[in-house]
Formats: sequence, structure tokens, C-alpha cells
Amino acid sequence: MSTEAATAAAPALPEAAEPVAPVIHPLWVRVTHWINALAMLMMIGSGWQIYDASPLFGFTFPRQIALGEWLAGALLWHFAAMWLLVINGIVYISLGILTGRFRRKLFPIRPREVVNDFTAALRGKLSHEDLSVYNAVQKLLYAGVLLAGIVIVLSGVSIWKPVQFWWLTAFFGGYNTARYVHFAAMTAIVTFLTIHVVLAIIVPKSLRAMIIGL
Amino acid sequence: MSRQRKQIPGVDPKLLIKDAAKLLPEPSRRLFLRGAVSLGAVAMLTDCDIVDGPTSENALRVISNFNDWVQARLFSKTTLAPEYPESAITRPFPFNAYYTEDEAPDVDGETYKLEIGGLVDNKKPWTLPELNKLPEVSQITRHVCVEGWSAIGSWQGVRLSDFLKMIGADTTAKYVWFQCAEGYSNTIDMPTALHPQTQLTLKFDHKTLPVAYGFPIKIRIPTKLGFKNPKYVTAMWVQNNDAGGYWENQGYNWFSGL
Repeated sequence: MSTEAATAAAPALPEAAEPVAPVIHPLWVRVTHWINALAMLMMIGSGWQIYDASPLFGFTFPRQIALGEWLAGALLWHFAAMWLLVINGIVYISLGILTGRFRRKLFPIRPREVVNDFTAALRGKLSHEDLSVYNAVQKLLYAGVLLAGIVIVLSGVSIWKPVQFWWLTAFFGGYNTARYVHFAAMTAIVTFLTIHVVLAIIVPKSLRAMIIGL
Repeated sequence: MSRQRKQIPGVDPKLLIKDAAKLLPEPSRRLFLRGAVSLGAVAMLTDCDIVDGPTSENALRVISNFNDWVQARLFSKTTLAPEYPESAITRPFPFNAYYTEDEAPDVDGETYKLEIGGLVDNKKPWTLPELNKLPEVSQITRHVCVEGWSAIGSWQGVRLSDFLKMIGADTTAKYVWFQCAEGYSNTIDMPTALHPQTQLTLKFDHKTLPVAYGFPIKIRIPTKLGFKNPKYVTAMWVQNNDAGGYWENQGYNWFSGL
């Protein structure tokens, strides 16, 4: 080690010593997150309009919040946005598995921790100091919504192609039952979305992290 | 998509679009506009000008055409629609059309003739007694409506692929077009026309097809959505150009395969 090199490096030292903020969400997470948000809004809005053409329950969705104006329009939206949802979803899940992010961030999920963190959250005592570590309730919700996402796509395919993929339709209990499964998965996702958005507003720095990564 | 638009002070762009929509001549041009406006939040998120109705509508139609292509490739000529036992038949089987049941066309079976045209060797029209003499096939399959509901029915008639071969149809042609008594029409792809379950239907539940279900002829296609199963069929043409159809022309997906 030469002394010259050491002195030359010295002026730069104070700057380099400043702690570099760790990236909470890498770019691929942020990009796929927002594409997914867009695709989900289009799928849910058009899905509500499609539901209204033949409701499963004793209610319909108001047209003002549905997408597509009428059934044909809604179907065009639904079967266009599905490509965005599915392709983006495949990229997200593949990278989540390959980079080890899912394993690191979402697992293990321990029931006792879920109960503890949930109680702490209700008392307003759950810490959000380190956004890079998910609490047990977050882990459960994020893993759960991932599962709901997979179920909604597969049940959707089974309703779309009950002849070509008859085995998938049979797996979901037949055509009629698959429609209820598809609806239940939508309900799960919309419930998640509501909690997710409310919490992001309560903890704004989490929204910042999902936009700029820090 | 991401072209920026200057805001004019005092003008609500949403209202402007509503007014513009009123000016569009065909009702079909307005189909998706309101939905596009309700996507305002999404437009803000992406900075995309998707509120522009006709632009998004054209994009959606392009993707719908792509979906036709995908569906034609997913279609297998050997994959059969599931068949059900007699006990699974939906009773009463629903009547469904864009008009009420008493407005359904009343075709006279005595004078009825099925017209044949296009790329076919023998264009002789067919009377009902002649069609009823042909070998009968039967199926109990699920009719799936584009609206989402479904019903299981029992249909008997002539296998369409057998009929097409018998009349010397050019089965390398791309489409078969059906014209119906009330003005409805439908075009289907040749692979679907040749599918073993595609049926020139003369009976429902082993009895002469009732008026509600399409007397005298329905084309039963269990591999396609209900609206692709024309009723009250009066003419059948084998051709290479896509003549569209009643609902397809209004924005429903053309292939609509199950």
C-alpha cells in the first residue's frame, strides 16, 4: 500500500462513509407492482360489468364504477387486460422465486407471530421502522394475495375455456362452481386492495418505497 | 398513447368527451367511452391518454383479433365438450335472444327449405323430411352464454361435418356462414364446422325442435358460446370471406370458443 494512494483517497472518505440507504424494493418489484396495479384495476372494473350481465348474487355493481359500458365492451377490456396481468404475473412470480425474495420476505409465516403482530397493529404499536422486513400479518396477506392471484387466473381460464381445458374446469368443481371461485378470488383481492391502500396512506413512506425504492 | 394534451382553462375534459361522444354517429362508436372515462384514475397513474375513446376502442379490437388467433390455436378438433346424463338436463331449458319469445320467427315447416350456397358442389335446397331421413346423432352438452349463465340441453340432428361432405362442400374453405329467419347471422371457422360435435340440429330432447329453441334448424356448437349457435337457420354458405355476424359486428369476440 503506498502512502500516496492513501492520501489521495482520504478527501473522498467522509462522503463514502455516509450510509447508503438500502434499496427496499428493487426496480423489478416496483415495475411489476405498478403494472399489476393497472392490470388489476382493469380486470376488476371490467369483471364487475361482466358479472352484472348474469349476477351470481342478489346485487349488481353500479355502472359508474364498472368498466366497458356494456357486456361486449367489458369483455374486450377483460380479455385484453388478462394478457398484461398474466405476463406481468409470470415475470413477477419467476423473479420472486429465482431471486429468493419470496423465501426471504414472505416465509416462514408463524401463526403465533401473526396473532401477536395483528394485536399489536390494532393497538397501534406495530413498528414500521424497517420497511425491508415484513411483519407476520404482512407476510400472511402478501402470500395470501399471491395465492388469490393464481386462483383467479386459473379459475378464469377454466370459465373461458371449459371445453379445451375441461380438466381445469372439473378441478374447480365444474363450470358453475368455477364462476363462484372466480368471484371469491376477486372478493379476496379487493379486500386485500382496500386494506393495502389504507395502510399505504397511513404509512406514506411505504408508498415512497414502492415508487422510488428507498 | 402518451401524447400530452393541453388543458383549456374552464373546460372539464370529461364533459367535453361526453359531448363529443354524443356527436359520434354510430351507437357502436360510443360503446366503450364511458368505461374509458371511469378509468380516469388509471390514466393519471400512467400518464396515458386512454380517455381517448376511439383509440382505446381500436386497440381493444386489435387485441380481440389477436385473441381469435390464440383461440383458433387452442381449439382442438379432437377435444370434445363434456357430455352429461339425461338427469342433468336443465328444465325448462331457457329461451334466450335479443327479442322476446313471442317475437321468435314462426317458420312454416311445410314449405321450409334449407338453402345451400357458396363453395359447394350440390346446392340443392333441403326440405325438413329430407333432412330428417339423414343419420341422427345426439348430444347432451352445456350451452354457455356470453353473459355467464349456462344450461344443459339435449340435441339431436345431423353431424354437420357429414352433411358438408355429403353436399360436396369445399372443406378447405375458411368459413361457413349461416343466415337466419329473423335476420340473425353467424360466421364460423371451418375447423369448428368439422368438429365431431357440431350438429345441424332438428330436435331438442328427441322431439321436433320447438320454436323457442330454433325451429326448424339450429346449429349446435358445444365448443362455442351460445350466440355462436344460430337458430331459425334458413341458409348455409361455404366461403372464404368472413361475413361477420349479428353480435360479432357489435363488438363481441369473433371466435368465442369454449
